[in-house]
Amino acid sequence: MAKKAKSDISFAPTGMQSPEKGGVQKGVDLPPATKKKHKSLGLSNDQVADMYAQMYLQRRFEERAMQQYQKGKFGGFLHLYIGQEAVSTGTVFALQNDDDIITAYRDHGWGLCRGITPKSGMAELFGKATGCSKGKGGSMHFANVKEHFWGGYGIVGGHIPIASGLAFANKYQANGRISTCFFGDGAVDQGALHETLNLAQLWKLPAIFVVENNGYSMGTAAKRHTVAEIVDRAKGYGMKSAVINGMDVFSVYEKMKEIADDVREHSEPWFVEIRTYRYRGHSMSDPQKYRTKEELEEYQSIDPIERLKAYILKEGIRSEADLKAVEDGIEQEVLDAVTFADESPFPEDSELYEDMFVEENPYFHV
Amino acid sequence: MAVLQFREAIKHAIDEEMSRDERVFVMGEEVAEYNGAYKVTEGLLDKYGYKRVIDTPISELGFAGLGVGAAMNGLRPIVEFMTFNFAVLAADQIINHATKVKYMTGGQADCPVVFRGPNASAGQLGATHSVAYDSMYAQFPGLKVIYVSEPNDAKGLMKSAIRDDNPVLFMESEQMYGLKGEVSDEQDFIIPIGKGKIKREGSDVTLVAHGKMYHIAVKAAEELAKEGIECEIIDPRTVKPLDVELILNSVKKTNRCIVVDEAHPFAGFAAEVGFLIQREAFDYLDAPVLRVTLPDVNAPFSKSLFDLWLPGPKQIIDAVKQVTYK
Ligand SMILES: Cc1ncc(C[n+]2csc(CCOP(=O)(O)OP(=O)(O)O)c2C)c(N)n1
Ligand SMILES: [Mg+2]
Repeated sequence: MAKKAKSDISFAPTGMQSPEKGGVQKGVDLPPATKKKHKSLGLSNDQVADMYAQMYLQRRFEERAMQQYQKGKFGGFLHLYIGQEAVSTGTVFALQNDDDIITAYRDHGWGLCRGITPKSGMAELFGKATGCSKGKGGSMHFANVKEHFWGGYGIVGGHIPIASGLAFANKYQANGRISTCFFGDGAVDQGALHETLNLAQLWKLPAIFVVENNGYSMGTAAKRHTVAEIVDRAKGYGMKSAVINGMDVFSVYEKMKEIADDVREHSEPWFVEIRTYRYRGHSMSDPQKYRTKEELEEYQSIDPIERLKAYILKEGIRSEADLKAVEDGIEQEVLDAVTFADESPFPEDSELYEDMFVEENPYFHV
Repeated sequence: MAVLQFREAIKHAIDEEMSRDERVFVMGEEVAEYNGAYKVTEGLLDKYGYKRVIDTPISELGFAGLGVGAAMNGLRPIVEFMTFNFAVLAADQIINHATKVKYMTGGQADCPVVFRGPNASAGQLGATHSVAYDSMYAQFPGLKVIYVSEPNDAKGLMKSAIRDDNPVLFMESEQMYGLKGEVSDEQDFIIPIGKGKIKREGSDVTLVAHGKMYHIAVKAAEELAKEGIECEIIDPRTVKPLDVELILNSVKKTNRCIVVDEAHPFAGFAAEVGFLIQREAFDYLDAPVLRVTLPDVNAPFSKSLFDLWLPGPKQIIDAVKQVTYK
């Protein structure tokens, strides 16, 4: 290699600043959405209406949670899923109820569509004893293990190998269940993913590894932190793969259903990239200088909830008044959840020592 | 003397060392274009450019090891972990490689790398984001471990860390970054690694406290002073090498000691200091050495449980009263 002038050398790709420095990198490019209508996807009118209600609930829950955070009702991190609701919703409708789901810390939407009630979710955010994780986990650690939602995890990439373990146990027990694992584009850069993909393919584990590529890992555009197309990682492992438009719930549903069926039948893993967009900052303190207002607006103009609403009205699945009633009902449910969380007690002091070990009186070093 | 925030003090140290030595560079998640998750590296990209201030992917194992290799091959990397909780993923490179390469090669390769970032808890961030790692790393031969409490110490010790030819862990706290303090503007202000400091003089009891816990100890000492109990506070600043002399001299004067440590109790810093005191100053003790640490449980999220979990002035005051028989 010819010697370079020392000042010409650079390493990381540039580009969230001025045009001379490479300009602002766009988050993601969406693949086309499915053209199929709900009937040909096998979805009933009621199911479509339920999808709408589910996405609307996730949205309003988080908007209210954000308000409560800003009021100082709870602390810690608050990573909002707003913009990505079609991913959780389309997936949950595509899976069977006992299939496993495990995700990262951006987990409220996943919890809400896997049995965590708005009340127990909001109470968890508030750190109350009535929360889904007894107030011990907070925003990042929603979980409902009974319904196979194994929770949200805070170490980027940390839960990916765990997903392979869930799948391993399913194959071992021949129980017909499959495991799905969701993580961000940032997690693609962790060694844990690569070790896990190899293991999963080698051992033919019934698992789906899904990147929710929302364009950014904190303040770093996907194109600045990872090479090539994320989905192409699958090729190196000889793994089946797909790219999905995550701003459209039908597209997520259609493809995830096909994939889930394939995994169940053949016990072979898939690697899937669902492209989506997060509307809010990474957590609550993020000036968002790494992206343009125009880019955000571009995605908000194809909002998955608005899109489904327009479809429902156009197809005459529900009337404007029907939807309004659903929305009002959800709004009230969320407000009730806030009151419930606010009025719930904090955990008893003795809870500090509970859930560390299985024994009733375990040893604690003092 | 200039009044600087903790984060600015660290940045000034890095800045001075970068302009002094072309081999020094900074890398880590969000350190360059975002100006640092906690703004410690703010402005360094503009000043030194993309070659020397480098954003990494979320690949702790990879970039920590890259730092080790670059250090072996003539550079002086400063590797930022967004917090030391994430450095666990890089533990193989820190523990198995950085600390051992010189020894295993019979001294042929040096590893002058600095790993830095916030340590321990920072409010309600939950179980995986709240662990104090200084004691754990101090277990391993071949590492120097610094966990400072004030801006002046941060600056002087960061400069030493960067100049040190060994791997050095430099620990900070999210909750201290905004803390202001007077910082020496002496040209090339250096605090040697391994030197603690008496930060408050007193004759009744010695409090050994470092990092975030130093500030809790100060609060306790102020309360106790109102009751006529005078604490001497020793901030070791460096966990390893430990300034044992300074601690022993103080204990020989006060005859009592409480060690305040943000780690869990088993085999931690507090246990080590307690052991050394009984070995070296047994005859001077008027009471057993006590410790105030985290309990032997994970960090809870809930505010009520978190406040119970994190050591506060009250526990120190109780311990002091116990050893002073008040
Ligand atoms: C191992 C580890 N390193 C760093 C962090 C800090 N961190 C939390 S989220 C995040 C960005 C992750 O982005 P991505 O995976 O794309 O998920 P998204 O936030 O977009 O949902 C970082 C760097 C962490 N939690 N764990
Ligand atoms: Mg992302």
